[in-house]
Amino acid sequence: MNNMKAIETKGLTKFYGKARGITDLDLAVEEGEFFGFIGPNGAGKSTTIRILTGLIKSSGGSAGIFGRDVSGKKDDILADIGYLPSEAVFYNGMKVKDVIKLSADLWKKDCKAEAAMLCERLHLDTEKKVEELSFGNRKKVGIVCALQHNPKLCILDEPTSGLDPLMQREFFSILREKNAAGMTVFLSSHVLSEIQRNCTRAAIIREGRLIACGSVEALSRTSAKRVNVHGDVFLGGLTDVRDVQRFEGGVNFLYGGDIKELLTVLAAGRVIDLSIAEPDLEEIFMHYYQDEPQDAAALKGGEQNDTL
Amino acid sequence: MTLFKHEMKQSKLSLIIWTASIGFLMATCVLLFPEMKGEMDSVSDMFASMGSFSAAFGMDRISFGSLDGFYAIECGNILGLGGAFFAAFCSVTALAKEEKDHTAEFLLTHPMSRASVVTEKLVAVLAQIVIMNVLTLAISIGSMYIVGEEIPWKNILLMHLAYFLLQLEIGGICFGISAFVRRGGIGIGLGLAVMMYFLNIIANISDKAEFVKYITPFGFSDGADIITSGEIDAVMVCIGMVLGIAGIIAAYVKYIKKDIAS
Repeated sequence: MNNMKAIETKGLTKFYGKARGITDLDLAVEEGEFFGFIGPNGAGKSTTIRILTGLIKSSGGSAGIFGRDVSGKKDDILADIGYLPSEAVFYNGMKVKDVIKLSADLWKKDCKAEAAMLCERLHLDTEKKVEELSFGNRKKVGIVCALQHNPKLCILDEPTSGLDPLMQREFFSILREKNAAGMTVFLSSHVLSEIQRNCTRAAIIREGRLIACGSVEALSRTSAKRVNVHGDVFLGGLTDVRDVQRFEGGVNFLYGGDIKELLTVLAAGRVIDLSIAEPDLEEIFMHYYQDEPQDAAALKGGEQNDTL
Repeated sequence: MTLFKHEMKQSKLSLIIWTASIGFLMATCVLLFPEMKGEMDSVSDMFASMGSFSAAFGMDRISFGSLDGFYAIECGNILGLGGAFFAAFCSVTALAKEEKDHTAEFLLTHPMSRASVVTEKLVAVLAQIVIMNVLTLAISIGSMYIVGEEIPWKNILLMHLAYFLLQLEIGGICFGISAFVRRGGIGIGLGLAVMMYFLNIIANISDKAEFVKYITPFGFSDGADIITSGEIDAVMVCIGMVLGIAGIIAAYVKYIKKDIAS
């Protein structure tokens, strides 16, 4: 494959007046990736997405879609993108099928077959008026509009909110099929489990800054082990110990250093029971958000090495 | 074309209601004319001698007893003010409604340049104004046939042309406003139309304020002026069209680089 990035931002910055949107964001998503973009509400996920889709202009830095700068011709750039906004709102008084048809017409494409397949799989009643729909059903209309024209890149802003678990599963299996067929997926979420289950790579954003980026596996693996020790050990000699929780008769911590050193320390202590486990992404995520930024920055460096 | 068609569909109901209301009021006035004509001979003098009030509506200059004079005052106010409101309403909402109704994220992420979004919406606004004017003119002429009056074609057509130009000017200015505001546009648009209307009345009342006729489009579409001079003031129309076009240019410049609110 050529080295064309589906999404690439360099030093991307956005201020709303004086309020921070995002700061100095470097992001790269390869063509064909299933990419997760994680962060709590207000971290800057939507701001990033809205710059990528050309709805707002950045205050600094650059952003490109398939090598084209987003400040360029919008019709060319948008022709590659399917977009699902976090709040899908449509024109009142229109039926679902008319909205889907309008969207296809604006794409100048005949998407009838694809739209019918998507509506069927998502159990969407196309005869209803859009203003009568529940939040979840409106979301489904948005999903159909974002996917029916088979875009090269699909950008989804918190796509699963409002969908019930069965629909979420169906939705992700549709996304995975399209991804297997070549569509790049860029998905923002604050639900970690869905990123962990579906995405190959992910970036974590906090207060407008990218704090970690790497493969989901690496994000879960390299950062640390969750060590749970029953007994009495002295942790003083260990480096990279975080989130230490002492409890009656034991200690629990995240360990990111050399496993051999850990074993030496443990062997020197009095260990009754021991478990060393992969922390789940949720735990790492919480950790990133509680910690000081420099700690996260150190991790970010580690991630990047790992993914090279 | 898709967006144009969509816009027309979306505004169909509003177009029908406005056209029907203005057409109905104008037809009613014309249909009442034969009955009033007889009484007008005596009333005309009275209307003409109410000082400032007469001057405000141009009743000191034209005769209430002739169809074009009557039309200039009665229908002139209906189509003048109603048409201005209609033009202000549909152009000031044209761009702003997408953000107000939160549909901008849907519309503007389709592969279309902002400029073509503006163009298609502008054409839709113009089409609505043209349709409204053609239909109300047809209703008016039809009513004149019904009452069997001889139709003063030149003056009627000139007045309708003037009102059409007035609506284009207000429409252009309000279209420009539409690109800047997210909500509250309707108030601004209708307020602007009312202000323009009263500026002309002030100009009619006071000689010192004569110059404001050059600011307001009601200046060149004043029925009394058109009938007495037999023409529309070209200078005033040019000023008006420049203002309208300036509004449209402002709409393009602003909307192409506007940050769209979610």
